[in-house]
Amino acid sequence: MLSDKDRIFTNLYGQHDFGLNGARARGDWDGTAAILARGPEAIVEEMKASGLRGRGGAGFPTGMKWSFMPKQESERPHYLVVNADESEPGTCKDRDILRHDPHKLVEGCLIASFAMRAHACYIYIRGEFYNEAVNLQIAIDEAYEAGLIGDNACGSGWKFDLYLHRGAGAYICGEETALLESLEGKKGMPRLKPPFPAAVGLYGCPTTVNNVESIAVAPTILRRGAAWFSALGRPKNSGTKLFCISGHVNKPCNVEEELGIPLRELIDTYAGGVRGGWDNLLAVIPGGASVPLLPKATCDTILMDFDSLRDVKSGLGTAAVIVMDKSTDVIKAIARLSQFYKHESCGQCTPCREGTGWMMRVMNRMVQGRAEPEEIDTLEQVTRQVEGHTICALGDAAAWPIQGLIRHFRPVMLERIAHYKAGRSSPPMKIAAE
Amino acid sequence: MAKVTVDGIEVEIANGSSVLQAAEAAGKEIPRFCYHERLSIAGNCRMCLVEIEKMPKPVASCGQPVGDGMVIKTDTEMVRKARRGVMEFLLINHPLDCPICDQGGECDLQDQAMGYGSDHSRYTENKRAVKDKNLGPLVKTVMTRCIQCTRCIRFATEIAGVPELGATARGETMEVGTYVEKALTSELSGNLIDICPVGALTSKPYAFVARPWELKKTDGIDVLDAVGANIRIDARGPEVLRILPRLNEDVNEEWLADKSRFAVDGLKRRRLDSCWVRRDGKLHKATWPEAFDAIAGKLRGLDGSRIGAVAGNLADAESMFALKELFAALGSPNLDCRQDGAAADATRRDFYTFNTSIAGIEEADALLLIGTNPRHEAPLINARIRKRTQGARFPIAAIGAPADLTYKVEWLGDSPSLLADGSLAFLQVLRDAKKPMVIVGQGALARPDGASVLAAVWKLAESVGILLPDWHGFNVLHIAAARVGALDLGFLSGKALPEMLGGGVDLLWLLGADEFDTAKIGADTFVVYQGHHGDRGAARADVILPGAAYTEKNGTYVNTEGRVQRSLLATHPPGEAREDWKIVRAFSERVGKKLPYDSIEALRARLEQANPVFARLDILPRFGISDTTGPAGDATALGSAPFAPFVQNYYQTDPISRASPTMAECTESVRATLAVAAE
Repeated sequence: MLSDKDRIFTNLYGQHDFGLNGARARGDWDGTAAILARGPEAIVEEMKASGLRGRGGAGFPTGMKWSFMPKQESERPHYLVVNADESEPGTCKDRDILRHDPHKLVEGCLIASFAMRAHACYIYIRGEFYNEAVNLQIAIDEAYEAGLIGDNACGSGWKFDLYLHRGAGAYICGEETALLESLEGKKGMPRLKPPFPAAVGLYGCPTTVNNVESIAVAPTILRRGAAWFSALGRPKNSGTKLFCISGHVNKPCNVEEELGIPLRELIDTYAGGVRGGWDNLLAVIPGGASVPLLPKATCDTILMDFDSLRDVKSGLGTAAVIVMDKSTDVIKAIARLSQFYKHESCGQCTPCREGTGWMMRVMNRMVQGRAEPEEIDTLEQVTRQVEGHTICALGDAAAWPIQGLIRHFRPVMLERIAHYKAGRSSPPMKIAAE
Repeated sequence: MAKVTVDGIEVEIANGSSVLQAAEAAGKEIPRFCYHERLSIAGNCRMCLVEIEKMPKPVASCGQPVGDGMVIKTDTEMVRKARRGVMEFLLINHPLDCPICDQGGECDLQDQAMGYGSDHSRYTENKRAVKDKNLGPLVKTVMTRCIQCTRCIRFATEIAGVPELGATARGETMEVGTYVEKALTSELSGNLIDICPVGALTSKPYAFVARPWELKKTDGIDVLDAVGANIRIDARGPEVLRILPRLNEDVNEEWLADKSRFAVDGLKRRRLDSCWVRRDGKLHKATWPEAFDAIAGKLRGLDGSRIGAVAGNLADAESMFALKELFAALGSPNLDCRQDGAAADATRRDFYTFNTSIAGIEEADALLLIGTNPRHEAPLINARIRKRTQGARFPIAAIGAPADLTYKVEWLGDSPSLLADGSLAFLQVLRDAKKPMVIVGQGALARPDGASVLAAVWKLAESVGILLPDWHGFNVLHIAAARVGALDLGFLSGKALPEMLGGGVDLLWLLGADEFDTAKIGADTFVVYQGHHGDRGAARADVILPGAAYTEKNGTYVNTEGRVQRSLLATHPPGEAREDWKIVRAFSERVGKKLPYDSIEALRARLEQANPVFARLDILPRFGISDTTGPAGDATALGSAPFAPFVQNYYQTDPISRASPTMAECTESVRATLAVAAE
């Protein structure tokens, strides 16, 4: 269990002042100038050494991502873009950083931009986060006023401007290249990669897009050292992470914990346990809507980190733990996710545009059981046809929950179908519409 | 150069090329819908997926740059499976209404479904239906068939320069359209039909007319403007059903302007299909001998100086040459090919051609337009200029009436005096440029002071260094397809048209000439109209000789660049009508001045003798200029009237387009749009 002294987000629950004074009292903005004085290379090396993996879902090493930026400034400016378009169902970690600890993010933006030789940083915040945007803007204004950012950030001589941009509530704009498109004022549609944003990003200039949490933990890592951070968690899965526990638990909450904490310990310690006891657990979606769910048997022992979850064909994602007890209609739950992905598909590329609608419609029938048993296999094949064939990862995200459902709950689906057939005296009539 | 292996075949290809290009270089065909060489890469159809070693997932080959040592596999189980998957997705919401779809037989989706489609559908849900859009009189939409490849959006935005198409909504409900329903305001909209890989955008006038396999395809040259676009004439029996562009990188690339494509229905209307002779003030049907007799009777005793001929804008070189030789035999020098009275100095070829060449526009680095609106006068040249603006910096300024040319233009004013104004800031831009060019249009030349303007433009060009030993930046943009050919063969001598009018001659032979005020012809002048449409000239004629339209004859045309191209006969002329050179040849025999050729080959041999440029087919050598002596004309005698737009209505500029109901609809549509805009 993580001891209090190792917590990075010390105002996660908003008991204290989110403003500059409160932040300073918690240690933010302490010795920022000294960190900048180490120089960009040293900062990137320290981040690499810390083993921090991106907190947005994919888990790509943050330090390495920063190192992809050109080492020299050219005519084309560099940009840092912070992805605060937190829209993954079940995820609410960035939100608490934005409203309760915005200075961690602002300071992180400065340091990360400096490390990547960017003079401007954009924070793309989800449109629905109105109050969070207000708090963050207050923090940005305070930092400008205090000379922490601006023409001479922290007295380092580095010119740094920070802009807040509110999105309009599209899930796809959380995909980094769609986010860039949206930021440029275009329709939020993912770009083809390559070229990657580090080469051709915002307005065609070198750009790095990072998650809020990845940036917000950077100052603390640099203050306390990579060794401290990498000592937490498990090898290759180092550090602490914000977990968002929701669903059928007694006390849903956000909590910071070490990576690699057992799922059961996480739920029992912080969320007051599963409603009706551990044995009442049906399944857990461990990392936000887009990762396959885990049945109870796996949940008993699984560790919450990137590699452990990947080994059981799921993923840590955003570490949004969605708990479902035995009262859950798990087919209906996944069908709801399919509906979400169908609604949020940008429509640009074929497999996702056509596949999400197909999957949703079949899933809706599966909820009733109004299907043939072999359609489960067809559905599975359709998810495979979507997965890995799309421009961005939304196609994968739409396919994985269904694959998880079929992998672990095929008997339930078959039973539903049998039940539906039994409920009728004559063979079911084919209903084309609906 | 990068070395890559495609299915075991090693190819070397330029760095920055895509995997798809590498595969094509290796002779491997990659199926695609959204990819188009001339458009930006969208990568959204996912049909071109290939396998690349060391990459875990199949990769869209159109957007993936090649890397040295890449091992590409285009035909593995993984690739086939991926493509079959994509094809299934494309088809689940496609109506599969091929039997009633005009794209049938030339549909990319249909063709590729043969390779990657399944014989049955696993999709049992309802299919999507999309409301059709109204894009104006030319492009028919069946949006349910759309596969959202966005080629049309990219064409409209990038090539046509009218960003009017876009996608609204997202996911399954994404629709291509104009958002607020309106007709497309592009002169290139017909190309949307060609680039649409399915039957979503088809030709409205051609709807349900024919299947591609019923058509006889003939290579032709377009004559409705002076670009000389290469076309394919699709005919069934005696009827030309549609016209499509043919690939010619130097001229039209693979595009075609709307008038050239859609005026085809004008070929069936108001046709002259028999001879007519005026008796007692009324035209009566006649036979060829009767018509010839009537003309010969009139000619008898007339002095050569009292007869004259005017060549129209659509005339082929052969018929003009034959007519010229006939008139020479009759002792008349009175020939004019300029109904608009545009100034021309035929003493040197580069005084009246588009010397930089159309493809040369892409090399230019500064451009001055004078009295021209290329968007209406030559949409394809305008597209080429726009293409050039999409790359490196290309400053463009214009003297003339401001118009939207689809790219940024600095409008300097519309007064001819600007040509003599050495203080214009843009002159410095031209001086600094390495390959500057100037284009002078008919709006600047077809005026009383045209010769002065021509001389002044040349002088300006010379003063800012446009005329270089390795770069000829002086360009005349013509509108009449016949003009350069006529000047080449010397159809400009003796009395000019204004002198022939008002009784200047007693017999006036109009070779398809309809673009001047026929009321000005002297009341006693005997008018012979040889042409294919019952238009202004025929209405005034005393004898009508029915000729052939450009799809109905073998003809040579010289485009504004001076490029000599040949068009082939696609259908035979209707009724009694004949190919024009044959009419002249037959008449020459009637008046005892028999022309020395019985075949078009013999005629062409003589034509090549008269001017060797006619022997140089299709090729246009690039040349610079060493003798910078300018065309005749007093460069200082510029008038004060501002340069006015030359083409009032792009859609109706000649007898064929005026006879076309489709072009009439377009005219109406533009008028309606303008009326709305004015409100």
